[in-house]
Amino acid sequence: MSTTAAGMIFIVSLIVALGLVHKPLGDYMYRVYTTTRHNVVERGVYRLLGVRADAEQSWGVYARSLLAFSVISILVVYGMQRLQDKLPLSLGMKPVTDHIAWNTAISFVTNTNWQAYSGESTMGYLVQMSALAVQNFVSAAVGMAVAIALVRGFARRKADTIGNFWVDLVRGSLRILLPIAFVGALVLVAGGLIQNLSGLHEVTTLTGGTQGITGGPVASQEAIKELGTNGGGFYNANSAHPFENTTNWTNWLEVFLLLVIPFALPRTFGKLVGQVKQGYAILAVMGVIALTSVLLTNVFELGGNATVPQAVGAAMEGKEVRFGVSDSATFAASTTLTSTGAVNSFHDSFTPFGGMMTMFNMMLGEVAPGGVGSGLYGMLILAVITVFVAGLMVGRTPEYLGKKIGAREIKLASLYFLVTPVLVLIGTAFAMGSAEQRASMLNSGPHGLSEVLYAFTSASNNNGSAFAGITVNTPWYDVALGLCMVFGRFLPIVLALALAGSLARQAPVPAGAGTLPTHRPQFVGMVVGVTIILVALTFLPALALGPIAEGLS
Amino acid sequence: MERLPSWLRQHLAALRAVVVLTVLLGVIYPLVTTGVAQALFNGKANGSIVQAGGKDVGSAIIGQKFTDKDGNPVKKYFQSRPSAAGDGYDPTSTSASNLGPDDIVDGPNGGQSLLTQVCARSKAIGELAGVSGARPYCTPDGVGAVLKVFPDHAVSVNQACPATPFVATYEGLKVECGKPGEDYAAGRTVPVRGEAGTPAVPADAVTASGSGLDPHISPAYAELQAPRVARERGIALDKVKQLIEANTTGRTFGFMGEPAVNVLELNLSLDKA
Repeated sequence: MSTTAAGMIFIVSLIVALGLVHKPLGDYMYRVYTTTRHNVVERGVYRLLGVRADAEQSWGVYARSLLAFSVISILVVYGMQRLQDKLPLSLGMKPVTDHIAWNTAISFVTNTNWQAYSGESTMGYLVQMSALAVQNFVSAAVGMAVAIALVRGFARRKADTIGNFWVDLVRGSLRILLPIAFVGALVLVAGGLIQNLSGLHEVTTLTGGTQGITGGPVASQEAIKELGTNGGGFYNANSAHPFENTTNWTNWLEVFLLLVIPFALPRTFGKLVGQVKQGYAILAVMGVIALTSVLLTNVFELGGNATVPQAVGAAMEGKEVRFGVSDSATFAASTTLTSTGAVNSFHDSFTPFGGMMTMFNMMLGEVAPGGVGSGLYGMLILAVITVFVAGLMVGRTPEYLGKKIGAREIKLASLYFLVTPVLVLIGTAFAMGSAEQRASMLNSGPHGLSEVLYAFTSASNNNGSAFAGITVNTPWYDVALGLCMVFGRFLPIVLALALAGSLARQAPVPAGAGTLPTHRPQFVGMVVGVTIILVALTFLPALALGPIAEGLS
Repeated sequence: MERLPSWLRQHLAALRAVVVLTVLLGVIYPLVTTGVAQALFNGKANGSIVQAGGKDVGSAIIGQKFTDKDGNPVKKYFQSRPSAAGDGYDPTSTSASNLGPDDIVDGPNGGQSLLTQVCARSKAIGELAGVSGARPYCTPDGVGAVLKVFPDHAVSVNQACPATPFVATYEGLKVECGKPGEDYAAGRTVPVRGEAGTPAVPADAVTASGSGLDPHISPAYAELQAPRVARERGIALDKVKQLIEANTTGRTFGFMGEPAVNVLELNLSLDKA
C-alpha cells in the first residue's frame, strides 16, 4: 500500500473510532455532571475539603473558587520543583531554577504544558508524577468544569447559580479522566511504554560504548497527558521518544486519546441544553475545520515543498521511521487543533506550509475541537459571535438557544475573543524588537520569526508545542511566556463564567419566525466562516512575514 | 471553618483540594499503575532490555550508534540514522535537530546548514555502500549547492575557498568559491537543483529523527547496507536479507505507520548467526 493511502486510512479509522465513542462517552459525561448522587470516595473528599457539595455557586463564587484552586496549584507545583532535592525519588536532580520553575508551574496549571526544561535532565520522578501529572488531571477537569458551567448558563432559566466548582472538579477528575487514563496507561505499557521507578541503567553497547537507559513512571503520565490535552512530555523528545510512543499503533492510540473528550463534549452539551441537534451542529463545525486542517497538513508534508525535503526526498527530518511522514503530520495537526501540544515529530523541521498549519490551528483559538473543555467553551463563544453577526444583517436582537445576546453578552464574548490575539501579537512584537530576544532564534530569516510567533501563539492559546529550535529557558522568555499562559487561560475563563452567569439569569424567549435556527448546515457554515475570517484578519500579516514568506521564496 | 472570612475559606478549601487530589492522582494512581504494569508486562515496563552473552546491551526500542571510538561506522554492523541526541543516541539528552526546511546556507564560521549535513551524510553513506551519494541540491563534494547572487558575480557560499565551485557561471555571472568569514547575507539566495535523479541513499539515512533515539531504519536503508555487512562477515547475502526480513515490523493492521527495521535486534541476530 502506498504511504498516502495508508495515511488516509489512518485518518478514516480515527474518525470511525471517534464516531463510535461519541454518544456513549458524551452521554456518560452528561450523567456525571447532572447526577445528584455522590459516591463514597467523593463524599470523603468533600468532607476533607470542608465544602458543601450540594450548595450551588453564583458565577462569581464559582470563578473565585477556580482561581483560588489554580493559585494554590501554582504555588505547590513551584514549591515542589524548588525543593525537589529534599524530596524522595529526586534521582539526585538539583532544585529547578526559579524562572524555569515559575514558568513550568504556570504551564502545567494552565493546561499548556509548555516546556522550558528538558524532562530527563531536570525533573525527578516525584515532581513528574505528583506535581506535574496531577495538574494534567486537574487542569483538564477545570477546563471541563468551565465548559459545563457555561452550558448550564444556556440551559437554566432565571437561575442565580451555575453549579459547584468543587463538585465539577472532583467528578471530572475521578469519574471521567482517571478511569480512562488508567486503562489507557496499561494498554500503552502493553505496547512497550515503560512504567517503573528505577533510575538510570548504564549498559555497554554492542560496539563497546556506554548508554544510559532511562526509567520512570512514563505510561501513567503519557495516558493523561494525551487524554487531558496537556502535552507535557516525560522526556524532552516528548511522544517521539520510543519510551513514550513505542509503536505505530501506540501512536494511533495517543492521537485517539487526545481527540476523544473534545469530540465527545458536544454531545454532552446537546444533552444538557435538551436538544442533541445543537450538539451535532457544534460537532460539525469542529469536524469540518479539523478534517480540513489534518488533510492540508498531510498534503503539505507529503508534498515536501522546500529545499531540504526536496534534497532528502521526503520531509523526514525530525520524524521517526516507525510513524512515517503521514502519521506524523496527522499527529501534528491533532495536537495543535486540540490544545495538547505533545509532538511525535518536530514542527520546526516541517515544511513551511506544514509548519504554518500547526500554527494556524492554534490561532483558531483551540476550538476545533480544542482542549478538554476549553474547546467547547471557546466554540460556544464563537457561536454567540456568529448569531450576533447574523442578527446585525437582518436587524434583529440575536438569540442563541433561547437566550438573548444583548449588550453585556456580546461585550463579554468579544473581550473573550480579543485576549489571545493581543497576547500573541504584542508578545511577538516585544521579542522581535529586542536584539537580545532575537538571539534566542535557532534559525534565521522568516523561519526565525516563525519560531518566536509560534512560541507566543502556543503559550497564549495554552497549547504548549514549540518550534523547538528556539532557546526559551532564559528569564525573559520564561516570564513573558508565563504571563501569556496565565492571561491566556484565566481571562477567557472568567469572561466565559461571567457570560454563563448572565445567561443563567435570563428567562428563555420562545423561538419565533425570525429566530435563526442554530442546528442547520447553514449555521454550521456560518460559524466555520466566522472562525476562519476572524483568525485570518487577525493573524494574516504575521503569517505572511513568517511561514508564507518562507514557503513562497 | 464557617466563621472565617469567605476568601480565606476558599483558599483553605483550595489547599486541601490540591493535597487530596495529589494523593489520589499523583501517588495512588501512578503507583497502582506501576504495580499492575510490573505484574502484567514486566519486560516492557522495565524498558525492553536486551542481552548478549548474559549482559545487558541496551533496550530493544532505543536506538544505538554502531561506531568505533573515533565515530567511524563499524562495518560489520548495520548503521542507525543520524541522531541529534547529545553525542548521538544519548537517552539522557533526547533531541531533534530542529533545523528548518530552508536552512541551506552554512554559518560564516563553518557551522553546517541542514542541507549541507544532508549532502555530506549522503556522500559518506554512498561511499560506504559503493553507490552514488548524489542528491538534488547537493554538490559533488557533499555540501549544499547554494548560490548567493550579487549584481556582478555569484558565490557558491557553502564551498569554502579554495574549492572549485560546482558551476562555473550562473546566468552569465562568474561563480566564486566562498571566502571564510565573509558576510554574504546581502545576496539573493538561490539553491541549485542540479541533474541528480532519485537518490540511491534513502531519506531516513540522511536525516536525524525526532527523538534522536530512533531504533529503526527503513527497509530500503537496510537493503543498501546488506551487501557490505554480508561481505564484512563473510556470510551469504541471502542470509543477511532473511535476518532483515525477520527484524522488520510492518504496518499494524496494514495501515498504521511505516515498515521499519529494528537495527539493534538485527545486529544482535547477526552476531548470533
